[in-house]
Amino acid sequence: MAMSARSSLPRTVAVHVALITYTLIALFPVFVIVINSMKSRKAIFREPLALPGPGTFDLVGFQTVLSQGNFPLYFGNSLIVTVASLAIVLVFGAMAAFALSEYRWRGNLLMGLYLAIGIMIPIRLGTVAILKGMAAVGLTNTLTSLVLVYSAQGLPLAIFILSEFMRTVSDDLKNAGRIDGLSEYRIFFTLVVPLIRPAMATVAVFTMIPIWNDLWFPLILAPSEATKTVTLGAQTFIGQYVTNWNAVLASLSLAILPVLVLYLVFSRQLIRGITSGAVK
Amino acid sequence: MGSLTLNNLTKSFGKTEVIKGVDLEVRDGEFCVFVGPSGCGKSTLLRMIAGLEDVSSGDVMIDAARVTQLPPSKREIAMVFQSYALYPHLKVRDNMGLAMKRAGASKPQVEAAVDEAARMLSLEPLLDRRPAELSGGQRQRVAIGRAIVRRPKLFLFDEPLSNLDAALRVATRIEIARLHHELKATMIYVTHDQVEAMTLADRIVVLDGGRVAQVGAPMELYNDPANTFVAGFIGSPQMNFLKAGAIGLQGETVGIRPEHLEISKETGEIPGTISHIEHLGGETNIYIHTEPHGLLTVRLFGEHHFEIDAPVYLTPDPARRFHFDAAGDRMR
Ligand SMILES: Nc1ncnc2c1ncn2[C@@H]1O[C@H](COP(=O)(O)OP(=O)(O)OP(=O)(O)O)[C@@H](O)[C@H]1O
Ligand SMILES: [Mg+2]
Repeated sequence: MAMSARSSLPRTVAVHVALITYTLIALFPVFVIVINSMKSRKAIFREPLALPGPGTFDLVGFQTVLSQGNFPLYFGNSLIVTVASLAIVLVFGAMAAFALSEYRWRGNLLMGLYLAIGIMIPIRLGTVAILKGMAAVGLTNTLTSLVLVYSAQGLPLAIFILSEFMRTVSDDLKNAGRIDGLSEYRIFFTLVVPLIRPAMATVAVFTMIPIWNDLWFPLILAPSEATKTVTLGAQTFIGQYVTNWNAVLASLSLAILPVLVLYLVFSRQLIRGITSGAVK
Repeated sequence: MGSLTLNNLTKSFGKTEVIKGVDLEVRDGEFCVFVGPSGCGKSTLLRMIAGLEDVSSGDVMIDAARVTQLPPSKREIAMVFQSYALYPHLKVRDNMGLAMKRAGASKPQVEAAVDEAARMLSLEPLLDRRPAELSGGQRQRVAIGRAIVRRPKLFLFDEPLSNLDAALRVATRIEIARLHHELKATMIYVTHDQVEAMTLADRIVVLDGGRVAQVGAPMELYNDPANTFVAGFIGSPQMNFLKAGAIGLQGETVGIRPEHLEISKETGEIPGTISHIEHLGGETNIYIHTEPHGLLTVRLFGEHHFEIDAPVYLTPDPARRFHFDAAGDRMR
């Protein structure tokens, strides 16, 4: 009783050791990629874990990536696909969540279940059908096809998480808006969305990262030169016989940056979103 | 300008019927209070009048015009909520002016109306703050101000004081009574606090499980309850209910208010023992265990001293007895 669980020293140490160990393990591959991207080819193979030193420091990978290949184009493609999918998932996910949590209509529960099924069934199971469908409507090798697929992939979880949060928004507030003559859209955008911003940020991060990192769908639906994404673009340096490891590692290092930036943008809201349920 | 009529109004959520046929007339300028135990449908009924909840059957008429199908913003009503429900992103001034702005009033008109409402509630110093920068009491005053601004035909209050502390509750209650007097507007007020109901109301509507148990002026309900539910609900401490057969009276139940029960150490009709005494300064409440009536309450004015567990005798005042039949209805 005298010492609360929070302040007990052995416990604090144990928690920190566990978290630091986890952080090291999680960051290790990233760390190896980043240090090796700044080394010469020989140094990469001789001592993969050494830091770049005076003799081994070499930016040839970045030079290759930025000069050769359409790297800026790939980068742009990735950004367009990620941002567009994210926007669609957030806007339509939040709207669907609002409808599910706010209005009572026949089939509300069924609709909710239908939308939640996507959480349990991986979208990749439908790859063949998706490819056939895209080919039928002439969308292969377009960024649109990727945006469509990623929106479908992101929506179920977004709707599930957001509708839980929507239920916590005070009914009185929405009703006050209705009495004052606000339309349902105004109520949604000006009253409800600002109050669930932390949840939106959480959903944004969880939606964005798998999209940015995906290799599967770009490879299958949009492998043409003009529509390659960064992850697919990095593969061009992996040859059947020779692999330009400098370039591969450099392009992967560069690919980390935008996710990092977006994460920093959302992170403050994100932490609030993750902890808000626990603290309240 | 602002009478309300409810015609056989019902409401079901799925299979459960929550409002079971309510008929009611509220006259122009009247202060009408809905009371009843938790879950009896007060808020639901109020939301149906506001148009926030669809009605299952029946009609809502404001000023003799049928508004059952109109959206809330077209009914010329204003509502004050228990949780204040101020728009967090707007300043007090804009919170108050929003409804008029949405209804298409010009900017000077809105400003004049907001200033007028702010003056009535002394909100001027708060106009440029955001809701987060206000105390609970201030927020509720702003919410009331927001309702005044648009000069509605009907004011609806849903337990507006229950989040305030006791002192503030009294002050705000007085303020609402003053506003009613000043605006001469029709007000419908939901509460489960009977002091609020008794002090504010011109007429009280007692609801019991989705039905109207009785409608009347506060003292009418107190002095002439129509059934055991109203008799037990209005008045504090609660009315005593005696088993009529055991004391040789007609009916099933006999109701007697705690102040109309005489207590004596020597002689009386009902013997019992004192089980608990509450000294409130101005009055003393004595709880007496009796057979077969159970715990009865006697209310004495001033200070009185009794021993716990002492035997005493109770005598109901014959002129103040209420007789109820087996169904709980009053026998007259
Ligand atoms: N959306 C809903 N769906 C299903 N049942 C509901 C809904 N809203 C209210 N009810 C039910 O209707 C009944 C009346 O609710 P209401 O909120 O009107 O009670 P109340 O008299 O205002 O109670 P309180 O004094 O606790 O506020 C309750 O039994 C409640 O469970
Ligand atoms: Mg209520």
